[in-house]
Order: sequence, then C-alpha cells, then structure tokens
Amino acid sequence: MDFLLTEVQMELMEMVKDFGEKEIDPIALEYDHKGEFPIKIYKKAFEMGLHTLEYPEKFGGSGVNAVTATVVNEELGKHDAGFATSVSAVGLAAKPVLIAGTDNQKKLFADLTIHGAFAAFCLTEPNAGSDAGSVKTTAKKVGNEYILNGRKCFITNGGVSNVYTVIATTDSSKGVKGLSAFLVERDREGVSVGKEEDKMGIRLSNTTDVIFEDVRIPETHLLGNEGDGFKIAMVTLDYSRPNVAACSVGICQAAIDHCVKYAKERTTFGKPIATLQAIQFMLADMEISTETARQYTRYAASLVDAKKPVSKAAAIAKCFAGDAAMKVSTDAVQILAGYGYSREYPVEKLMRDAKIFQIFEGTNQIQRLVIAGQMLR
Amino acid sequence: MESIVCIKQVPDTSEVKIDPVTNTLIRHGVPSIINPFDKNALEAAVQLKEIHGGTVTVLTMGPPQAVEALRECLSLGADKAYLVSDRAFSGADTLATSYTLAAAIRRIGKFDLIFCGKQAIDGDTAQVGPEIAEFLDVPQVTFVSKILVKQDNIQVEKEQDDGYEVIEVELPALLAVVKSINIPRYPSIKSKMAARKVEIETITAEDLDIDNGRLGLGGSATQVKKIFSPKKRSSGTMIQLDNDKEAALELFERILENSVFSM
Ligand SMILES: Cc1cc2nc3c(=O)[nH]c(=O)nc-3n(C[C@H](O)[C@H](O)[C@H](O)COP(=O)(O)OP(=O)(O)OC[C@H]3O[C@@H](n4cnc5c(N)ncnc54)[C@H](O)[C@@H]3O)c2cc1C
Ligand SMILES: Cc1cc2nc3c(=O)[nH]c(=O)nc-3n(C[C@H](O)[C@H](O)[C@H](O)COP(=O)(O)OP(=O)(O)OC[C@H]3O[C@@H](n4cnc5c(N)ncnc54)[C@H](O)[C@@H]3O)c2cc1C
Repeated sequence: MDFLLTEVQMELMEMVKDFGEKEIDPIALEYDHKGEFPIKIYKKAFEMGLHTLEYPEKFGGSGVNAVTATVVNEELGKHDAGFATSVSAVGLAAKPVLIAGTDNQKKLFADLTIHGAFAAFCLTEPNAGSDAGSVKTTAKKVGNEYILNGRKCFITNGGVSNVYTVIATTDSSKGVKGLSAFLVERDREGVSVGKEEDKMGIRLSNTTDVIFEDVRIPETHLLGNEGDGFKIAMVTLDYSRPNVAACSVGICQAAIDHCVKYAKERTTFGKPIATLQAIQFMLADMEISTETARQYTRYAASLVDAKKPVSKAAAIAKCFAGDAAMKVSTDAVQILAGYGYSREYPVEKLMRDAKIFQIFEGTNQIQRLVIAGQMLR
Repeated sequence: MESIVCIKQVPDTSEVKIDPVTNTLIRHGVPSIINPFDKNALEAAVQLKEIHGGTVTVLTMGPPQAVEALRECLSLGADKAYLVSDRAFSGADTLATSYTLAAAIRRIGKFDLIFCGKQAIDGDTAQVGPEIAEFLDVPQVTFVSKILVKQDNIQVEKEQDDGYEVIEVELPALLAVVKSINIPRYPSIKSKMAARKVEIETITAEDLDIDNGRLGLGGSATQVKKIFSPKKRSSGTMIQLDNDKEAALELFERILENSVFSM
C-alpha cells in the first residue's frame, strides 16, 4: 500500500469538505438538538454519489475502492458523525448484496438506491445484539416464496429506507448455520417501521425497529444459499468496519480542530492556554491517537482492496478508532472546560457522538473477542 | 442548445488584499476559486442542456493554473473546456480581455448562447460580458435571473432593484446572470472522475485571427494607476426610539452636544 493519498483521493476529500462546510456545518447543531432528519441535505449527498461509494460503476455506483471510501467517510464524519453514519449505512446494507448477490440482485439493489434513497442492514434483534447468531426472525419457504416474520431493532435508516438486507433463520434447528440473508423492499406488504430511538448522539441519523409480519418475498431475493447468512453478515461487518473507524477518526479530527483554535484564543493567567505544557501534552496525545487510528484504518481498508484476510485488522481499526474518538472528544471537552460542557459549543456533541463508535457494528468488547480469536487460532 | 460559458478564476476572498508598495494584488497564499457568479452561469447552461440537449463549453482566459477551474467546471456538467492563455494576453484590461475572448469564441465555433457572470468578484467591473457581445455583434441581457426557452427565441427575466423586466431575445445572444438564478450543484464522485479524463485545449495568440496590437497590456485602453484600500471609517450611531419625534429630539441634542454646528 502507498501511505500517501492519491491526487484523486485528495480531490474527493476536498469535495466532501466543501460540501460539509456549506451544507452540514451550518445545521448540524440545530438538528442535533431537535433530533431532526435533514432529508434535503441527504438528497444532495446522494446526488454526489456518497451513499454508493463502493458500489461498482457497472451498476451505477461511484465505484471507488475501500481506502478512498474511508477518506470520504472520515471527512463526512468530521462534519457530523450521524450524517456520515446514515450515508454509509447504505453502503453497509449493500455489502451482503455485493458479497453474495447475483448480477440481477445487484441491479435490483442499485435500482432501489442509486437514484438517491436509503437502505438498511437488519441484523440486530432485541435478543440478538452481540450474540448475533441467535437471530429469531424466521424466513419460511412456501412454494417459490419466503415468508418473513420477526422484529429487528436499532436499525440505522430503519424508518427511511427503500430496501433492507435482512438476516433471518431458514432453519432454527441449525443455529447460526440456519441463518440466511435476504433482500426485502420497503413497500412489501407486512413491512412496517416500529419505534424510533431518541438517542444520546448521532442524532442526525435515523434508528428504528423494523417489523416483518408475513412478508412474502420471491425466492430470488435470497442472497447466496440458505445457511450462508451468518457468514455473509460477518464478512459484511469485516468490510464495513474500516468505514466506521474512519468516521471515528473524523470525530477525533473535529475535536482537535476545535481545541487547537480555542487553545490559542483562550487566555488564563495572562497567556493563551496553548502555552501551557499541560494543554500541549493533551493536544499531542489527541494527535497521537488520531493519526494512529487514521493510518491503521487506511491500512485495514487496503487489505480489503487487496482481497487479503481483514477480520483482525478491521476489528483493530474499529476498536482503536472508536476508543480514540471517545478519549479525544472527552479531552476536547476538558480543554474547552465550561465552554466544552455547554451545549452552545460543538464539542459536547462530539463526545455524545463518539460513544456509539464503541457500541455498534460489534461492541468494542466483541472486537477484542474477534482479535483474540484470530490470535489464538 | 449550444452554450459557451465564460468563467474567471479569482482569489477566494471577498476582501482582496493589496500590496501597499507595488499596488498589486497579493495572490500568494490565497486559494483560487471559480468566480461565484460564473458558477451560476455554468449551472444555467447545464440546466438548459439537460432539458433541451446540446453541449456546454467553458472558456477562460488566464494563466496555465486556470485549468484547475476548467477541470472543476467539467465536473459540474460542462462537456468541453478551453484555456485561452499566452504571455501576450497578460495585463489585459476589460477591453483587451473581451476582444481576446470574442476572438476565441469565434474560433470555437457556432453557439446559441454565451453565458457570463454578473461580474467578477475581484475586478468587479461587469464590463467583460457586454463587451464580448458587442465584439460578436449579438444581443445581450445582463442581470438575468430566469431563462425560458420559447419556440424560436428565449424569454428572460432581468433583475431590477424593485422587480424584474421580462425581455425576449433572439438567438444567438449573450446573458450575464445573477446569483438568484439557481443554486449551483456539487460535483459527484463520478463526474469528478470523468472530468479528469477530458482533454483541455489551450488557445494561444497564434491560434486566433486577431490584431496583436489589441492584446494584453499594450492593447489596453485603460491602465491602472493605483490600487488602494479605502480608509476604514467608523460606523455611524443609530438612534432607535419608539417615537420618531423623540428620536428627532435626541438627534438634535447630540448635534448640539458634539458642536457640529456653531450657534
Ligand atoms: C444508534 C445505533 C445504530 C445501530 N445500527 C444498527 C444497524 O444498522 N443494523 C444492525 O443490525 N444493528 C444496529 N445496531 C445494533 C448494534 O450493533 C448493537 O447494539 C450492538 O451489536 C450491541 O448489541 P446489544 O445492544 O444487544 O448489546 P449486548 O449484546 O446486550 O451487550 C451488552 C454488554 O455486554 C457486552 N458483551 C456481550 N457479550 C459479550 C461477550 N461475549 N464478551 C464480552 N462482552 C460481552 C457488550 O460488549 C456490552 O457491553 C445499532 C445500535 C445503535 C445503538
Ligand atoms: C487587482 C486587479 C488588477 C488589475 N490590473 C489591471 C491592469 O494593470 N491593467 C488593466 O488594464 N486591467 C487590470 N485589471 C483588470 C482585469 O483586466 C480584469 O480583471 C479583467 O479584464 C476582467 O474584468 P473584471 O474582473 O472586472 O470582470 P467582469 O467584467 O466583472 O466579469 C464579468 C464576467 O465576464 C467573464 N469574464 C471576466 N474575465 C474573464 C476571463 N479572464 N476569462 C473568461 N471570462 C471572463 C465572466 O463570466 C465574468 O463573470 C486588474 C484587475 C484586478 C482585479
């Protein structure tokens, strides 16, 4: 891998920066406070193709590689981690299709999203979070159809999507080996959206329950074979974790940018706090975590591009960057102190936004399990 | 609809800084952008193309690094781009600039519409558009805020202080547009990638059928003697009271207090 970004990657980063500064920055705090969904701005991001970053050009996607996707997601995350989460969750939902789908299925998913619509990945259930293998949603084969029943929870874009990729069991006697992956359009009869979460952070993203009641889908909506579902879900998460990590890095960078500016302006005891070694050391530690997380994230993504085993690296990236975001944003609040704690200033939001990056797409405890599991094989 | 859009690369600052010794623009360290009104001009042309078909060609006269601005235009919907660049063009005033641009447009070929911005945010003269129209002998409308394509002409709205004029124009014509005409789009990842592959042609003095004496500094009818930043004046005081009469009395008091008039 080349450690330096290419000209194209830098150009795309600039493009997203310009978009973020003009469209997201002015509204992020207000929408966060109100917990509203800036649909018009999402639509603009879709027109730019930010929701289909890694979807192949052949099917109308933007067709960039995994490293480039992390560069774009980092920049989006810098402006608002909730916005970045909702946009990149379309890519998350697409992964099962790209991993196991036929060309027809890839085309179907593309037709439902490329023009500018959300999608969601439905794995988690009330009793299947970390223990993703104990999914209870059923998919029963009847003739040439499957009938889905069950409830998914904490689904990013759950309430706003055109299409879902769903993990359900086709044979509960087989445990994880009985799980399968499906494509389900929102407008199928029996699909409904349950309660919307009122969240601590990433409040510009939509998170809801998604309910399936006797939902009939054609058998051609099965991704891969029956029983492939758990494997597909795990590979999906492996591939998507660098993007989640990138978003964490974006939070870190936003925190640092606020702190560097503030430390130069804020004076105590007659001089700027930036001249205090206590502050300088905190800034340096923030920078160490952020740069390390950034470089490792790009490394993990480059393994995806090189089609090399990525489970361990993706878990390290997600875990390290998520922990970094929490630590760096907490320190940012400390540096801004009273102003850091005030909701009038943006850094308390960064701290609230950061927390989810230690929780979703596998908690950081689960990442450590994955890493240790790989080490002890 | 064949459109040509004239764009200018300008420094990204609304407050142009001037070197007090040499009286020239301090360009060092100031990033360049496409003149914002020219982005509206491009968007207008691209929207017309999307409805009525045709091609959009962008054109700029400037130094070699102006290709970056052209490249950006290509990612925003332009199909072709030309850089008009030659040492002989440097130091041009608006007359020499528009003379050169008009010649370049003749060289590029047939067009239905030429689009310009209302004005450039650095030079601010708003002269180049109208002058190009005169050189090419086509009708022009400035301050355009809306365009409607009709059977065999176009109808435009021209922004005024207190409303707008509706004007019908024969094609070919030149339109200089205002900001309110549209909201320029963002490039997409795909359009950015595609723009990188388009070849940008450079037009030099040799390529044009022109009188060399009318180019650049030598061909300029005006010469900048001095550029300076106006002295900052302190802002005035507002007297805001509920009652006009009280406000007038207050004003009168202050005038007396500050002995503006000797009585
Ligand atoms: C805002 C948001 C968006 C989300 N988006 C999506 C989405 O789009 N799609 C989707 O499918 N899911 C989504 N999720 C769900 C998310 O992935 C789960 O919340 C997460 O996997 C954890 O599951 P849980 O909440 O049930 O926690 P639990 O599994 O109940 O875990 C509770 C605690 O126990 C720890 N723990 C559990 N098992 C172990 C173990 N074996 N060893 C050590 N520690 C353990 C956990 O780390 C955690 O600290 C989202 C969640 C949120 C909050
Ligand atoms: C600091 C400064 C110093 C200058 N020094 C001199 C000098 O020494 N001598 C001198 O004679 N003149 C000088 N000029 C004037 C210079 O020639 C003008 O900037 C130029 O002719 C364009 O005029 P304008 O910027 O007022 O554009 P405007 O007439 O306001 O522009 C209107 C529209 O015309 C089009 N347009 C303008 N310029 C171009 C271009 N280059 N390529 C393509 N389209 C274009 C755009 O669509 C633009 O929106 C100077 C200008 C500045 C800002």
